[in-house]
Amino acid sequence: MEASRVLNSLISGTVGPVMILVTIIIMIWYAGAVYLNSSFLIDRYEKNNIEWTFSQLASDSWSMERPVLPSPHQIAKELKKTIWDKKITSPRSLVFHSRVTLSSAMVGFVMGAFLGIVLSIGIVYVSALDRTLMPWIIASQTIPILAIAPMIVVVLGSMGVIGLIPKAIISTYLCFFPVVVGMVKGLRSPNIILVDLMRSYSGSKAQVFWKLRLPASLPYLFASLKVAIALSVVGAIVAELPAGAQGGLGARLLSGSYYGQTSLIWAALITASVISATLVTIVGRMERFVNNRMGLQI
Amino acid sequence: MNDSSSIKSADSSIIDISNLCLTFETQTEPVHALSDINMKVNSGDFVSLIGPSGCGKTTLLRVIADLEKPTSGTISVEGKSPNQARLDRSYGYVFQTPALLPWRNIEANIHLPLEMSGYSKDEQKSLSNQYLSLVGLSGFEKKYPWQLSGGMQQRVSIARALSFDPDMLLMDEPFGALDEITRDRLNEELLRLWEQTQKTVVFVTHSIPEAVFLSNKIIVMSARPGKIIDVIETNFPKDRTFDIRESPEFLEVSQLVREGLKEGHSDGS
Amino acid sequence: MNFLAIIRSRPLSGLLCLIFSIASFISLQLNEINDYALNPFIVIIIAIVSVIFFIIRQQGLFLLSICFVALFSGAWSVLNLIHSFDKGVVMGLDAWFLVSALWFLTWNNLVQLSALKTKNKLIELSLTIIIPVLFGAWIFFLWEVITIGMSVHQVLLPSPSLIWQVFDGAGATLFADFYQTFVRSAIPGFIMGSGAGFLVAIAADKIPFLRRGLIPIGNFFSCIPIIGMAPIMIMWFGFDWQSKAAVVAIMTFFPMMVNTLSGLNETDRIDRDLLHTYASSYWRELFSLRLPNAMPFILNALKINTTLAMIGAIVSEFFGTPIVGMGFRISAEVGRMNIDMVWATIAIAALTGSMFYGVFALLERKLTFWHPSMRKS
Repeated sequence: MEASRVLNSLISGTVGPVMILVTIIIMIWYAGAVYLNSSFLIDRYEKNNIEWTFSQLASDSWSMERPVLPSPHQIAKELKKTIWDKKITSPRSLVFHSRVTLSSAMVGFVMGAFLGIVLSIGIVYVSALDRTLMPWIIASQTIPILAIAPMIVVVLGSMGVIGLIPKAIISTYLCFFPVVVGMVKGLRSPNIILVDLMRSYSGSKAQVFWKLRLPASLPYLFASLKVAIALSVVGAIVAELPAGAQGGLGARLLSGSYYGQTSLIWAALITASVISATLVTIVGRMERFVNNRMGLQI
Repeated sequence: MNDSSSIKSADSSIIDISNLCLTFETQTEPVHALSDINMKVNSGDFVSLIGPSGCGKTTLLRVIADLEKPTSGTISVEGKSPNQARLDRSYGYVFQTPALLPWRNIEANIHLPLEMSGYSKDEQKSLSNQYLSLVGLSGFEKKYPWQLSGGMQQRVSIARALSFDPDMLLMDEPFGALDEITRDRLNEELLRLWEQTQKTVVFVTHSIPEAVFLSNKIIVMSARPGKIIDVIETNFPKDRTFDIRESPEFLEVSQLVREGLKEGHSDGS
Repeated sequence: MNFLAIIRSRPLSGLLCLIFSIASFISLQLNEINDYALNPFIVIIIAIVSVIFFIIRQQGLFLLSICFVALFSGAWSVLNLIHSFDKGVVMGLDAWFLVSALWFLTWNNLVQLSALKTKNKLIELSLTIIIPVLFGAWIFFLWEVITIGMSVHQVLLPSPSLIWQVFDGAGATLFADFYQTFVRSAIPGFIMGSGAGFLVAIAADKIPFLRRGLIPIGNFFSCIPIIGMAPIMIMWFGFDWQSKAAVVAIMTFFPMMVNTLSGLNETDRIDRDLLHTYASSYWRELFSLRLPNAMPFILNALKINTTLAMIGAIVSEFFGTPIVGMGFRISAEVGRMNIDMVWATIAIAALTGSMFYGVFALLERKLTFWHPSMRKS
């Protein structure tokens, strides 16, 4: 009876299933580490004529220097080493690299959001802009924009613009599309009755904007900002890939891939994921707050 | 035909409910949706369930259709459990909204239950033609639901419920969302269909004229807890038209129903 | 005062066009020694057209087509002029004035076309195509004029005509890149990722335990930079297309899973009740009701995935690849400062990306014609 209650609480709700699935993933991870690292280890055993058992193989493959797949605790160790043990200013510290990536992502996000909002207001109020720009903005979403990231970095670099700005420009570029599309939808979302109501009060264009269209667009804006902020991190990381980037999680990923330092790659990847997920959560919280204020239940 | 119908009416009830209760468990307190319901529906009857909103008339219909499970009491449909009756496809259910699948055209929507009962393609085709013409929608086979008016959509939904020739038609405020003019026309059509097909109909409504005009038995319900407070039988000719709405009998029955509802209301509050 | 009022009520772009074309004409007369000069005749035509446009407020289709002819001849003469330049020559003031005049004429044209009200569906449709195309053509024209007219160094920004020449010379290379990146990496990854996402969603829908666990995990993965998996995948699957397909598969998996799951949950209570009264089985309900209902969500995921597949395939090539592929081409040619080749590759990527997307947009229109968002008009 008691056991079935425990089982029930494990599989109902969300926390239980998530925990169980994550545990399963970690178990598969350890098994995968043995599987992927085994061929190298077995080769070595046979070369050195060492008798080996399965348990030895497992423990060796979970503590290799340069494993094909590092085990979770090795990544945790690497994370601890590069986040706590190194000085923040050291180029081997992940905090240092995160700061580099985060700052360009944030600058890009703010610029992209601003550009997107301004452009969407233009599109909503000037019909010529709507008909000329909007099709291009929608079409451009189908284009792999990230492909031009290295070119922007290198070309701007050849003009003497280096450091944060080229990376921020790529993030800006990625961010502004979803913001324009969402914001245009939002500014147009008030239904015709409300617009007519404002007209019956003979409200000016500015009044209709501030009192009706802008508030109505906020839920849409925050939904797009959530997409945009995740994109801004991706943009900053990809912008760090072209050779010569000094810092940032992207550069870290690249150097890990050059030197075969898998745990370094995983540590950088996990840091990037945590940053990204945190940012999305923050915007999500803001979105929920705004939606509550607007009387929407999401 | 005549023979079978006389046997049917001689037959005992098609729906038999006794001491039925249904309680919904909610977070705050249990809601007694139905309490101590006793009713019988005879084969070939047109029974209306009428009452204020929240009186459980829809819930009662859903219990008959095995869409809700009663908490206590017994219910038999065609002498079987509601679940078995559902598995045997004994009834066609017409919802408040047409509930037509937008990606299927009118014809394919009517084919839906037929596909599930394993009719052949040719049978499906001929049955959909037959029932579409019965509801006066021949020629609309290839249209999509959203290209039709609300009244037409509800007629398709009735044709769909009839298409596999069930013994019963369960209707949950089918005309509630329509304007009064359309509703009147569909009422007359429904009466004609009932007469032609000899089906047993259980009909949920909150309109007194609709209930009185359509049914030969009106079950008046009251809210909180939902219970039956009166059963009124009417005796209008089967081929009645809207003219009877002016007749003194009609007004008399309407008055009875209204008083029943009022009584239930004062009881409840 | 009256004169001012008249000016106010007229389109400003017509006036600006007139002023700039007159300025162009004057500067043309002043620089007689210049070898590279515009045809003054064209300048006069543009000036006359702008006067017409300034005076006539309501411009019909006839006037607008005259405007088109003037625009094309103006643009043509400017293009002829800059293509006759020797290296290092900078375009003169007269031509810049003319380009400005042409811009205002175009803008006037765009505004007028946008304001055009017509009941004819064919005209309406062609307008929705012509207006953005006109604008796009202008961007290319301006790009060409600025890069050649100001003799911008081609490392910075090559002119469209220069990029076009790359297709002639390096067509085979570009095709090989396209084949490696799109056909061998993006498409298999797209199929694997979307397919797996779909199947997992179906399984999760059947098993509530899986669903409750997978939705938060899927949401988490949808906001992390999965592209960072590329170096790991390269380590596992080698440098060739397999590792890129794996990245694409991971990237496309989660949008498909999350969208399909929410699509499957989207059915109306009443529709489920209807199927319940028919005593329908789980699979019957899935195929007759819930999957068709989830179709808009699934196609939306497929559309998102087309873009993700292109990005995944190209960007993971930045981490290492055999010497072929669009991503490799971009990063390698950027290093050698062959920017025209980079632009040509980007043009192909853009074209492939939008066609890939277009296929699914058409499919969406075909399959979910019944959805309210598609029904309009």
